[in-house]
Amino acid sequence: MTTLTHLQRLEAESIDILREAVAEADNPVMLYSIGKDSAVMLHLARKAFFPSRPPFPLLHVDTTWKFRAMYELRDRAAREAGMTLLVHRNPEALARGINPFEHGSSLHTDLWKTQGLKQALEAHGFDIAFGGARRDEEKSRAKERVFSFRSAQQRWDPKAQRPELWRLYNARRNPGESIRVFPLSNWTELDIWQYIAQERITIVPLYFAAPRPVVARDGQWIVVDDDRMPLRDGEVPQTRTVRFRTLGCWPLTAAVESEASTLEAIVDEMLATRTSERQGRLIDRDVSGSMEKKKTEGYF
Amino acid sequence: MNARLDDTPRDTSAADGSLLRFITCGSVDDGKSTLIGRLLYDSKSLLEDQLGTLEADSRRYGTQGDALDFALLLDGLSAEREQGITIDVAYRFFATPARRFIVADTPGHEQYTRNMVTGASTADVAVILVDARKGLLAQTRRHSTIVSLVGIRHVVLAINKLDAVDYSREVFERIDADYRVFAEKLGFASITSIPLSALRGDNMTEAPSANTPWYRGPSLLGHLETVEVTAPAAQGPLRFPVQWVNRPDADFRGFSGRVLGGGVKPGDAVRVLPSGRTSRVARVVTFDGDLDQAAYGRSVTLTLEDEIDVSRGDVIAAADAPPAVADQFEATIVWMDEAPLLPGRTYLVKLGATTVNGSLGTPKYQIEVNTLEHHAAKTLQLNDIGVCTLTLDRAVPFDAYTDNRDTGSFIVIDRMTQHTVGAGLLHFALRRSQNVHWQAVEVDKAARARLNGHKPCVVWLTGLSGSGKSTIANELERRLHALGARTYLLDGDNVRHGLNKDLGFTAADRVENIRRIGEVAKLMVDAGLVVVTAFISPFRSEREMARRLVADGEFIEVFVDTPLAIVEQRDPKGLYRKARAGELKNFTGIDSPYEAPESPEVHIETTRQSIEDAAERIVAVLRERGLIG
Repeated sequence: MTTLTHLQRLEAESIDILREAVAEADNPVMLYSIGKDSAVMLHLARKAFFPSRPPFPLLHVDTTWKFRAMYELRDRAAREAGMTLLVHRNPEALARGINPFEHGSSLHTDLWKTQGLKQALEAHGFDIAFGGARRDEEKSRAKERVFSFRSAQQRWDPKAQRPELWRLYNARRNPGESIRVFPLSNWTELDIWQYIAQERITIVPLYFAAPRPVVARDGQWIVVDDDRMPLRDGEVPQTRTVRFRTLGCWPLTAAVESEASTLEAIVDEMLATRTSERQGRLIDRDVSGSMEKKKTEGYF
Repeated sequence: MNARLDDTPRDTSAADGSLLRFITCGSVDDGKSTLIGRLLYDSKSLLEDQLGTLEADSRRYGTQGDALDFALLLDGLSAEREQGITIDVAYRFFATPARRFIVADTPGHEQYTRNMVTGASTADVAVILVDARKGLLAQTRRHSTIVSLVGIRHVVLAINKLDAVDYSREVFERIDADYRVFAEKLGFASITSIPLSALRGDNMTEAPSANTPWYRGPSLLGHLETVEVTAPAAQGPLRFPVQWVNRPDADFRGFSGRVLGGGVKPGDAVRVLPSGRTSRVARVVTFDGDLDQAAYGRSVTLTLEDEIDVSRGDVIAAADAPPAVADQFEATIVWMDEAPLLPGRTYLVKLGATTVNGSLGTPKYQIEVNTLEHHAAKTLQLNDIGVCTLTLDRAVPFDAYTDNRDTGSFIVIDRMTQHTVGAGLLHFALRRSQNVHWQAVEVDKAARARLNGHKPCVVWLTGLSGSGKSTIANELERRLHALGARTYLLDGDNVRHGLNKDLGFTAADRVENIRRIGEVAKLMVDAGLVVVTAFISPFRSEREMARRLVADGEFIEVFVDTPLAIVEQRDPKGLYRKARAGELKNFTGIDSPYEAPESPEVHIETTRQSIEDAAERIVAVLRERGLIG
């Protein structure tokens, strides 16, 4: 008898979760945000249902503020997996021209992402939605179930979560209620990188170090991805060799100085790092508990 | 918190290492949070910005003065930080060059058995904390019992705060010896006691520490890195519950699932349960190509050599060692809901990839987790553990929980709220299917009765108008419902206005009235219900006709005996007055006869018995006759 490596055990568990959710769902969907976690989740879905194609569409809740390189990979990844890609942009946010520069990160995130996600799930009637969140990302995530129940109003009640034992996931729901399923719950950021390296999974090139135009804001490097960036007085973009540990809307995601331009170099950098990836997420930095608050309101 | 023991970054590459899941049991008082915080900190799994947040939270909510309050690191929800309590299971992650670890951190308070069982259900090892100053507490026994119950076989007894007893070898050895005596009946495969000061770092990562030169065992981390854990199922026969039938096109039909017992390779002889059909494994299919064999724990897709019917929920098993198939079991139940267990109620039971209807009987006994004593119990409340009979509406393949945690466990789901209300561990079958070639069971009266947990019958109340039939019937139904029986009350209100609204009060119409009621009651008995009827039903022959419509022993005639003088005096609806005045014709007792029962199953004299006594008397008769539990 052979013992599985930790990546094999994580992979087997994730595949198990994906299959179980699909078997219990009437209308499943996978939230695809183009980042490294989404890339791993999509790869696992292709493995879980092979030789069938994953029996659900991908849904990208777009904010119009993603990096250009992300949009390019999104369309390619869906094509290669042979899956339908749905893109939703909150019409209200679009009409009001909501952006992080004028409206602040909090309103931007709420309208584009939280409300946009709720609109899309409701419009399509999805009853089970996969998300790439991991328990090691944030404290309130550490207490979330793999099969996480949402009320008909799509709210999360952290104090009324269903006990989750063994590998017996409860996907039961009444009409209008839904379940968000997190197949990567037990993965860490390091596992993700080791798995990407092992499986040679295609990821957005922004994760690899390269010279890029940046400005320094609040002690962090913001990459100028297009001409929508309003420069402050005296601000001149300069070229630095940077990469991203996490990717979101470009004005809200800070880059780090790095020379890691290969997967192996990134894994080595991860082993030596002393900061968490959420450090680069400007929207999570307000108060402790902000993720829990966003999540109860329907954010992923 | 003193400085880190070793300031060079740890190599956490562990890409080829294994994964160990463990649970920590103990309360904040035992130093549990400090212990976990220390493991994260010493393995460099606590990052600078997380430390920054922790420092800020420690200043805001902390209880450790200026020092870091590691409890805050673990309490992830706002309510927990504000109230200083841990509500829920939290999962923590860290790695060393040897292994990746997932820690299930569960609160130690008595009321949180639910969380401990949840955390333990996926753990390979349990770390049980003991405060060296206090020794073994009721809590230590409780945690150990639950851990043993859930099938964890390797235990670490972390004897913490040894610094507070001057690193006394005697204290350590006494607690170790006490624990081994207590744990003898819990059946652990190994108990490893480690003398610790999580606060000062003694024996956490290196052993022996300078303070415990007498200690010869491993450090906590050293032990966790090397402890060998093998699930009994890994060495058992093949178990492969089918989660999803994989049919990309007409040429491929595979069965996707996870190897949850033994291993599998092409050519293996297999039996599909519950059908009992046999075949051989043709291919072990994965995205990365076919495998020569799939080890325990892998998620794969199998194809079989023969075209046999296999669906979600079936188990593909070793042909020479298949699981038993049964529909009635003895099981240990952990109740997890605010609403208590209702014996006899139909719940959903999820077992493997199958969800079926099932019910739990009245507990045979409840287990007192502090003492392991058995108590009698009528139900199970939140956090209670007991042993019950589980009855399912179809037979399913299963293993004893001690042989296989995955094919021997189930969850109980409330059909209305859809909440997970209980967890169960199967012991053995009480009623095995006659053979493994299971056929669809005829759904008949007996099958419905089995699912309901009681037998059907008609409780036929007869008596004069105003004698108290409806009042007693209502009270009786309320009591039966509370006991978990499925009931229906037929009375004038719901019959005269619909089914029988074309009937009047002539003798012929009275006969037809009772005939129809008898037929409806018969259908309801066939459906498995306890039917309560409350009609004057004045004629013996019609009552006899109703009795003959159902099987022997299913008709309970109850004579609600109130003398005419009394009902005339009560006259709640003024009907007797109208009848005496000639305004109502064919009124029973006035100008139409009432034929009292000659030998009713129950005789109630309302002039001597209260409503409650009458209802209780009927319940007692139903019990005596074995109709209800």
